[in-house]
Amino acid sequence: MHNQLAKPTLNFSRIAIYATLLLACAVYLIPLIVMLLTSFKSPEDIRTGNLLSWPQVITGIGWIKAWDTVGGFFWNSVKITLPAVFISTLLGALNGYVLTMWRFRGSQLFFGLLLFGCFLPFQTVLLPASFTLGKLGLASTTTGLVIVHIVYGLAFTTLFFRNYFMSVPDALVRAARLDGAGFFTIFTRILLPMSVPIIMVCLIWQFTQIWNDFLFGVVFASGDAQPITVALNNLVNTSTGVKEYNVDMAAAMIAGLPTLLVYVLAGKYFLRGLTAGAVKG
Amino acid sequence: MATLQLRNVNKTYGSGLPDTLKNIELKIESGEFLILVGPSGCGKSTLMNCIAGLESISGGAILVDEADISGMSPKDRDIAMVFQSYALYPTMSVRENIAFGLKIRKMAPAAIEEEVARVAKLLQIEHLLGRKPGQLSGGQQQRVAMGRALARRPKIYLFDEPLSNLDAKLRVEMRTEIKLMHQRLKTTTVYVTHDQIEAMTLGDKVAVMKDGLIQQFGTPQQIYNDPANLFVASFIGSPPMNFIPLRLQRQEGRLHALLDSGQARCELPLGLSEAGLEDREVILGMRPEQIVLAPAEPNGLPSIRAEVQVIEPTGPDTLVFVTLNQTKVCCRLAPDIAPQVGETLNLQFDPARVLLFDASSGERLGVVGGAQAEVHAGNVAQFKGR
Repeated sequence: MHNQLAKPTLNFSRIAIYATLLLACAVYLIPLIVMLLTSFKSPEDIRTGNLLSWPQVITGIGWIKAWDTVGGFFWNSVKITLPAVFISTLLGALNGYVLTMWRFRGSQLFFGLLLFGCFLPFQTVLLPASFTLGKLGLASTTTGLVIVHIVYGLAFTTLFFRNYFMSVPDALVRAARLDGAGFFTIFTRILLPMSVPIIMVCLIWQFTQIWNDFLFGVVFASGDAQPITVALNNLVNTSTGVKEYNVDMAAAMIAGLPTLLVYVLAGKYFLRGLTAGAVKG
Repeated sequence: MATLQLRNVNKTYGSGLPDTLKNIELKIESGEFLILVGPSGCGKSTLMNCIAGLESISGGAILVDEADISGMSPKDRDIAMVFQSYALYPTMSVRENIAFGLKIRKMAPAAIEEEVARVAKLLQIEHLLGRKPGQLSGGQQQRVAMGRALARRPKIYLFDEPLSNLDAKLRVEMRTEIKLMHQRLKTTTVYVTHDQIEAMTLGDKVAVMKDGLIQQFGTPQQIYNDPANLFVASFIGSPPMNFIPLRLQRQEGRLHALLDSGQARCELPLGLSEAGLEDREVILGMRPEQIVLAPAEPNGLPSIRAEVQVIEPTGPDTLVFVTLNQTKVCCRLAPDIAPQVGETLNLQFDPARVLLFDASSGERLGVVGGAQAEVHAGNVAQFKGR
């Protein structure tokens, strides 16, 4: 029995499966390969060769120029993303905790309305948000953009944590209350340590969303405070001068690397966290 | 060590909803073991949560050592609880689980260490202190949960169906262990269960609950021998009490119950003669062990011949089922009797121990047999006061 299972037989259907998988893989990877190759080519190389040709001379000039242009905006994105990710995750965890363990009259309705935020298109909140930020004196500031990201992310982070905590028996909280623990002690000492998988899901999700955001960045930040996505767009869409594709590609790689890195580092938690609620009974 | 008194406790979840607890009134002395028993949904767990302070009460008072604690938050009540699911903190080791409550209460680290060691020794879990709850078996988790409650040395222990997640063998072992622990520590304990054997074996006092009402509050013996109503009589005892619907007849001033096995008839004289009981639907209650095989020589007690229909040998006893008045009746006989199906047995009852219930309301009628009238009256006052 075990031997039969362990020994793969090479027949037509198996070859078909592998071929399909390889094709799908290529479709996804070729753009990345083109970007990487182009970013290391010289401008002459780009003009003479085709998209998939190997660079004649490998040069880092594209990357250096790209970093000179978008490097500052890269740090803007870090400054926007990190606080927004951590604060929205923390608040989502608190919301989820209250909505499962300290239910109040109308908490179900509250959760239902909050869920609405998940389905709200970005465009609909632009005007109200900019009006509110203006009233608060936070228009065109990094703080303002961070706040918009936090508020918009809350719907998702709350949903994640609320569903995760639903699978935690409330007897744990009752036991802790009898042990003398208060609201925040129970949260930090008992529930948060149990929530590593869902915290990871939340962090990855929020990081990807906020880092990749373009619309909020272009609307609520201006000039030197813009995030890298906006800077990349400005770089690529300039209508003056010669197109430097190697610089464009390198800048795009710089803009995309952090999310790739986060997924590579924490991806296994992402899968584990997404299935955690389903496995627990 | 403390007394616990519930004074007219009420609990409702909303004005339109039926009351979850109705006028709960009971008192236990310091060191006593109180069992709250009843079917699911009877309010016993709600009552326990109210004592713990996890739920507020809508009316009445909860007194510990004569002091009203009903307004206090759970952490100020000095009460510890063992949960059905054990509720061990999954990310903490056994040691940290036991120490958690002590740390929160700002006990000195050395004293905590000492207390954890004491509790671990008491429950024989010293070798498990470094493990996480996920690495423990059900029985071990149960011990740790008890250890966590013991470590605080609270005034009152609450146990919420602590044995229901264990397998049958372990359940019996832990039951004995809990009893042993209580005998040694003599702490006031409230124990919720739906298992009537746990109720009988563990309790100093038992409160049988149904629909948010205490049906009867008394010692296990009172509950067993002198049930206040049909519900208590049917809930306590395994195999359950036999209930035979019939009409009473008056002969020479005394009331008689007529039993009919299909083969024979028997007039069972009852030890009461109250007026108004004749010619009305009543239910006769008889415990399986109160039906015995009649001796060869007549001894003056009424007997009846009946055909054996089913036999269930349990080991220590043999349960024999016969039909009386078209009702299946279980008799608990000695294992060496071992009759065959279809055989006819001559069965005998002690009329003094037979109970009577009203067929419609389920209430006990009169007081039969050895029970003292005044004890019984006190015993059921609660029930009648609803």
